Amino acid sequence: MTTSIHLPPHRLSAAARRLRDDVRSFLDGELAAGTFVPRCDAWMSVADPAFSRRLGARGWIGMTLPSAYGGHDRSPLERFVVTEELLAAGAPVAAHWIADRQMAPSILRHGSPSQRERYLPAIARGECYFAIGMSEPDAGSDLASVRTRARQVDGGWEITGTKVWTTGAHFAHAIVVLARTDGSPGDRHAGLSQFVVDLPAPGVEIRPIRTIDGEHHVNEVIFDAAVVAEDSLLGERGAGWRQVTAELAHERSGPERYMSTVPLLRAWAEHVRQHGDASAERELGGLTARAWTLRQMSLSVAAALAEGRPPEIAAALVKDLGSRFEADVVETVRRLAGIEPRKHGPGLEGLLAEAILHSPAFTLRGGSNEILRSVVARGLGVR
Amino acid sequence: MNDDLRAEIRAAVTAILDRRGEDRTGRAWKELSEGGFHLVGVPEEAGGSGGGLGELAVVVDAAAFHAVPVPVAETAFLAGWLLARSGLSVPAGMTVASLDEARGHRQDGVLRLSGRLRVPWARHAGHVVTMARCAQENLVAVIPGDAGAELVTAENLAGEPRDLLVLDGVVAAASAAAPPGLDATALLRRGALARSVQLAAAARAVLVSARRHVTEREQFGRPLARFQAVQQHLAALAAQVTAMQVSAQAAVAAVEHEDADAAVAVAAAKAATSAGARQVAAIGHQLHGALGYSSEHHLGAVTTRLWAWREEFGNESHWHDHLAAALHDRAWWPLLTGDAR
Repeated sequence: MTTSIHLPPHRLSAAARRLRDDVRSFLDGELAAGTFVPRCDAWMSVADPAFSRRLGARGWIGMTLPSAYGGHDRSPLERFVVTEELLAAGAPVAAHWIADRQMAPSILRHGSPSQRERYLPAIARGECYFAIGMSEPDAGSDLASVRTRARQVDGGWEITGTKVWTTGAHFAHAIVVLARTDGSPGDRHAGLSQFVVDLPAPGVEIRPIRTIDGEHHVNEVIFDAAVVAEDSLLGERGAGWRQVTAELAHERSGPERYMSTVPLLRAWAEHVRQHGDASAERELGGLTARAWTLRQMSLSVAAALAEGRPPEIAAALVKDLGSRFEADVVETVRRLAGIEPRKHGPGLEGLLAEAILHSPAFTLRGGSNEILRSVVARGLGVR
Repeated sequence: MNDDLRAEIRAAVTAILDRRGEDRTGRAWKELSEGGFHLVGVPEEAGGSGGGLGELAVVVDAAAFHAVPVPVAETAFLAGWLLARSGLSVPAGMTVASLDEARGHRQDGVLRLSGRLRVPWARHAGHVVTMARCAQENLVAVIPGDAGAELVTAENLAGEPRDLLVLDGVVAAASAAAPPGLDATALLRRGALARSVQLAAAARAVLVSARRHVTEREQFGRPLARFQAVQQHLAALAAQVTAMQVSAQAAVAAVEHEDADAAVAVAAAKAATSAGARQVAAIGHQLHGALGYSSEHHLGAVTTRLWAWREEFGNESHWHDHLAAALHDRAWWPLLTGDAR
């Protein structure tokens, strides 16, 4: 319990700043070569395995993993710098994003030696992609009510149930599944376990869910008595909830929670420089001040995570503010840019169209903002 | 950075500010100035108490958190800074700063000053320090309180003194050339940094009070905190307060370390803390109900300061324009990360 949230500012090291220069040069080169076009929300929806492999070759995936597992022994703050540069550029990083962000740390922490060997070096090379099977038709924000069951059978586990909103399952090499191994849904947090299941797999069907932008980013994943190997269990049987909660800290705390529409904002800033009037300039200044503050907060959360201070409450709070900022960017550009959004259109028109169509997701994914606020309220000791 | 020293300063200042009773303000000022807390962050060789900007921010934060009307921002953050940077010493007693530049002229070997100067706390001050333009010179000058300037008193929304001094050839007690870069813009930025720290501290006071109130106050047979709508308000308040705190502290650190982009940090922090003030005050009052609207309640002392301070040294619109102007010759993302390109 606390009366206010302690989040001291963090100052990046000189090494981290040098790393930033390297990443910027790399991205400048990629842009010049035309390998990608900046996109909003690219960390969720623009997958380019070749781009991911190039990042892996430079040592910018799995950065914090030990070198014994193909990682680079870098600090989480160095990873933060790479992450924010990729997001600011709107680079096509969706292929490896989830694997790098949360599955690498989770497998390092909870995985068996053979799971670590199998997945971590491949993740760091930018060649192994993950999907996360958490939400279900009847378990959205209320994750503890999952109905997917895993039953111990001869030679492994038999998994039955349906996962929804599973980002990238259609190209992922593996999915981590939260399932009930013991007890009943009434037991809530107890009796849940995590499994790592290679894809594709017999008995696992992946169906696209088209979102309102008409695109295919997310899926329904149906496990129909799919039998997976004994050593698919990730971590401890029954400790799934604790493991997932630790994972959510990684999922919620990153700069992608305020930067999804930064590519739009950058393009608009350029537009304002060329055509802007005083009212557009003032609002650009306002969004800039908010972005500056959110970046400082995001950096502070990364530092907390790096120092082993529990970041859950601060991360929830930054995501609440950050995801609303993402939508405010869209709204401001829409009002002031003097253009109409055009699906798949060039430049600002296309960026704006994509951002508008993605905006409902900002305050839903990774825990709805109402849930995040209840996490903060609990942190303040009033729940 | 010295966290222990800062904790010690906070404890000492809080002990002084926390004590209630008769003439709380007068006594608090007396004890703070006797302890040298009104000149923390001003070098000892300039007559200050020593310490850095981080230590000074602690004193200013504590005073703002407790909403005790003492001019620590004006004495140490502004007047002491102007004097020390120009090689002048801080006079004994309360010395505050003018927000405006005076016109100077030299006559018979003395510097005479004229102009209408906004001077917070002038009515209580022993001396006023002001920037002055004299022919081609940029000066920093000291005016004694009894030098014959006309005093027009005024208050801000929180009832803090925001006086006007009308000078008509008043003789300066001391003066020195202002160093390069010490100009009206620098003074405005310095004040904006001080108010950012104060706004964040006042916002934190609203959160602490609101949290206590909703836990203790019962309606419909249960504490207010049991209502989900109240919890959501409180969480939104905490988010805004944390944003204000982080931006103010990051700006203090940027100025303390003389970052190349410290000016951007201060602009963003004053904009963010000023813009956040509305929501913090609004949720604070909503959660306290009618009780918080009474002048008997502590809340009003804090929220009226939020409303006053957000306007002083440039409100969010001023600093938004400033940031937008900085973007004329800087790309957006490098500006945000503080890099040249």
